[in-house]
Amino acid sequence: MKRAFLGEFEEVVLLTVAILDEGAYGVTITQEIEQQTGRSVGFSTVHTTLQRLEEKGFLSSTMGGATAERGGRRKRFFAVTAAGRKALAEVKQVRTQLWDALPPQTLQLMGI
Amino acid sequence: MKRPDALPTPPRVADRLLSWFVAPHLREEVLGDLHEEFAWQVARIGERWARWRYWWDVLGFVKPRFIRRLNPKYSTPNPTDMLRTYLKIALRHLVKNKGYSAINIGGLAVGMAVAMLIGLWMYDELSFNTYHQHYDRIALVMQQQLEAGQIATNNATPMPLEATLRTEYGESFKHIVLASWTGGHILAAGDKKFTETGNYMQPGVPDMLSLKMRKGTRDGLREPASILLAESVAKAYFGEADPIGQLMQLDNKLDVRVTGVYQDLPANSSFRDLQFIAPWDLYVNSKDWLIKSKQLWDNNSFQTYVQLADNVDMAAVSAQIKGVKRAHVDAKLAQQKPDVFLQPMSRWHLYSEWKNGVNTGGRIQYVWLFGLIGAFVLLLACINFMNLSTARSEKRAKEVGIRKAVGSVRTQLISQFFSESLLVVTLTFVLALLSVQLLLPAFNEIADKQLTILWSSPAFWLLSLGFVLLTGLIAGSYPAFYLSSFQAVKVLKGTFRAGRFAAVPRQVLVIIQFTVSVTLIIGTIIVFRQIQFAKDRPVGYSRAGLIMLGMTQEDVHAHFATIRTELIQAGAVAEMAESGSPATGLWSTQNGFSWRGESTDEQVGFGTIFVSHEFGKTVGWQFNAGRDFSRAYATDSSAMVLNEAAVRFMGLKNPVGTFVKWEGKSWKIIGVIKDMVMESPYEPVRRTVYMINNGSGNVVTLRINPNRNVPGALSTIEGVLKKYAAGIPFDYQFVDQAYAQKFGDEERIGNLAFLFAGLAIFISCLGLFGLASFMAEQRTKEIGVRKVLGASVLNLWSLLSRDFVLLVVIAFTVAAPTAWYFLHNWLLKYEYRTTISWWIFAASGVGALLVTLLTVSFQSIRAALMNPVKSLRSE
Repeated sequence: MKRAFLGEFEEVVLLTVAILDEGAYGVTITQEIEQQTGRSVGFSTVHTTLQRLEEKGFLSSTMGGATAERGGRRKRFFAVTAAGRKALAEVKQVRTQLWDALPPQTLQLMGI
Repeated sequence: MKRPDALPTPPRVADRLLSWFVAPHLREEVLGDLHEEFAWQVARIGERWARWRYWWDVLGFVKPRFIRRLNPKYSTPNPTDMLRTYLKIALRHLVKNKGYSAINIGGLAVGMAVAMLIGLWMYDELSFNTYHQHYDRIALVMQQQLEAGQIATNNATPMPLEATLRTEYGESFKHIVLASWTGGHILAAGDKKFTETGNYMQPGVPDMLSLKMRKGTRDGLREPASILLAESVAKAYFGEADPIGQLMQLDNKLDVRVTGVYQDLPANSSFRDLQFIAPWDLYVNSKDWLIKSKQLWDNNSFQTYVQLADNVDMAAVSAQIKGVKRAHVDAKLAQQKPDVFLQPMSRWHLYSEWKNGVNTGGRIQYVWLFGLIGAFVLLLACINFMNLSTARSEKRAKEVGIRKAVGSVRTQLISQFFSESLLVVTLTFVLALLSVQLLLPAFNEIADKQLTILWSSPAFWLLSLGFVLLTGLIAGSYPAFYLSSFQAVKVLKGTFRAGRFAAVPRQVLVIIQFTVSVTLIIGTIIVFRQIQFAKDRPVGYSRAGLIMLGMTQEDVHAHFATIRTELIQAGAVAEMAESGSPATGLWSTQNGFSWRGESTDEQVGFGTIFVSHEFGKTVGWQFNAGRDFSRAYATDSSAMVLNEAAVRFMGLKNPVGTFVKWEGKSWKIIGVIKDMVMESPYEPVRRTVYMINNGSGNVVTLRINPNRNVPGALSTIEGVLKKYAAGIPFDYQFVDQAYAQKFGDEERIGNLAFLFAGLAIFISCLGLFGLASFMAEQRTKEIGVRKVLGASVLNLWSLLSRDFVLLVVIAFTVAAPTAWYFLHNWLLKYEYRTTISWWIFAASGVGALLVTLLTVSFQSIRAALMNPVKSLRSE
């Protein structure tokens, strides 16, 4: 089965966009990732990933919502497309499958 | 100072950097996000750390993904694409209006070609003598002395001057070269015997003139009996064989050995006729009078050339040697106040005329004159070009309107019109270059030059390029700036009208054109009148069938009587004679004549010509009083024949029978002849005395028997001369041809002026023709309406022609005084000159008017004859 490949960070970003729903743009996404994962991410890395996801068709974007602290510049809001949602679902399904396939003693070792 | 309540701002430099490298379509969001993040970070970790972080984030964007620019959605034509369409449109316009294009391009090409020819000619004149490496260090020693109250300037110097300069001022000069005069000598090698022009010179000359030695060395001339040959001469005598060491004979008596061959000197060098150089000492030692001249300060018969030492100044040296002659001559000669000075090589060719001790220019005047004419012809052509292209461009107002309506910006229109005119000018330039290449041989013939296009000279190309650009820009400026300023709406609605005064600049230009043309016509007529005037001058003898042999004539002299009788008996010649100067020159001027009633003690020079008894009869001089020399009177050996000028100068009432003292002898005047024009036909005849000579003269003159055909007579003469004087090549010259050469310069100028005046008129008429046809076309409707209302063809013709005639009349009133002023000054240069009569002006005025009418009428009559139905139905 042919699947779109999602890198680990791409997956994180895509999920974050999905979490933020209508308020997803560069700054919020970065802050959200930092808050959720506790890891510090480079601003340009997030932007790069967003662009790549958009090119793959998992995200769509629109411009809008200028504020004073941005010096009147507009934001690029991102939204997850149907293909994006499908990709997320697939990833999740693969994960679940893999988890389900774990032998019980391994699960016990992991403390779960 | 930062206000405490102001929001902290991110580092500006970082922002600028980011805006520079991030692609424009990403700039907004990236910058916005960064700023927002910054504000948040300031609140979180403080401004200082936030700034650091900001920098770090900015640098993170240095990635190809953010730098790469977006591919544009629409095509972005580069400038050359647009240029291509402009050129295409321009070519289509040219092809569509074939007539105009031909007139436009043709006229300008003619003008350019003329300017180029004149430019090449001027370049040649101005670069005269620059072939010689030490061009700026070489000078000719000249002297000025009083002669009959006037300061005479001459390049003939006495022989001791050289030795004196060497001993007293030697450190100022690198070379001092004493030389005879470049002239014809008989040069023989084996059985080959020709007349070659060359000179005897001191051994410094090859170095001084930086001769390019093909064979041998420059030191070859230091050998006692040597000769240096020009390459072409060496080839003529020895072909492919090695000329070095070959024996030759000079003037049938001096044996010389070839020690060097030098590259022929170019046509634009003062030494262009120097086909061989023989050592000076050889010359001096061959004749007694030359050996004697070594001590004589009053025998001004030699040329002294110098090359300055490296570190001295020409003017300073010239001032230094000023008194050198005066210091060595006796009191009597010192009366003449001889001054010596240096004439730099750069001035030999262009500044060779002197009047009373002051340099009055010379050829340089012609250089400027022709430069001026060339500039004017070019100006005329440019005016034409501008006139026609502006006239045409008004027709294109609609095109401009539409272009503007579909979105052309003004700069685009401007560049369109400029590219168009540049295209045309470039075409023209190519055409002009081709025609110059074709015309050069003919032009060289007229101008007596060897010009070539300077294909390899960067200056030439730069100048041409500059000219093409300039003309293109000027000619294109009107349509470019004026037409592009129209409002599209007005043009397209048809409410646009060229202003009432739109034609004024055009009319002014036409006036300038015709002013120049008419001036040139008047000038040409007067130059030719002056030449004709001098040609019609009575010469005082008869030139028909007169030939002369100009070689050293000792062999002929020895057998003179025999040769003469034989030739007369054979019926080949009517009479023959020997003389010191030819009929077309006066080679000797001497002082020391005194006579009763002499009004001045001053030393005055008389032309002195020694002749044989038959000279008068041979040339056919005419007596005012007295008689000719005759062998019947033994006393004629101390008799003189004077010309009218001499008698007038001496103030003698009854000259015949009075005595003149000269060289310690008493000479009886036996006759007075009408002035013989021997020198320039523009100058008054010099006072001259003729005396009997018993030695050999320089020239033999023969009058061919008028009853014999010339070629037959010539071959008889040659046969007889061969018999008695085998050593002399039969190089004869017709006196009337030699006389005609005196008009060479003036005729050349006349011919060139004629050519240029003709071209100027041609170009002006082309322009007029184009303008007239344009006017007629513009007024098609007006003419139609007038015809319907009853105007006759004559009415319409005068209506259309009147404007142009008026312009020409104005031009004429400007041209006439200008021409008069310049030509009056030109004529002042000639002692013997024609008058400027009113009919010349009238004729050229009427001529210009006629030409104008003819040109304009062609168009105006055609317009007037047109069927009004057709012209009114159009549209």
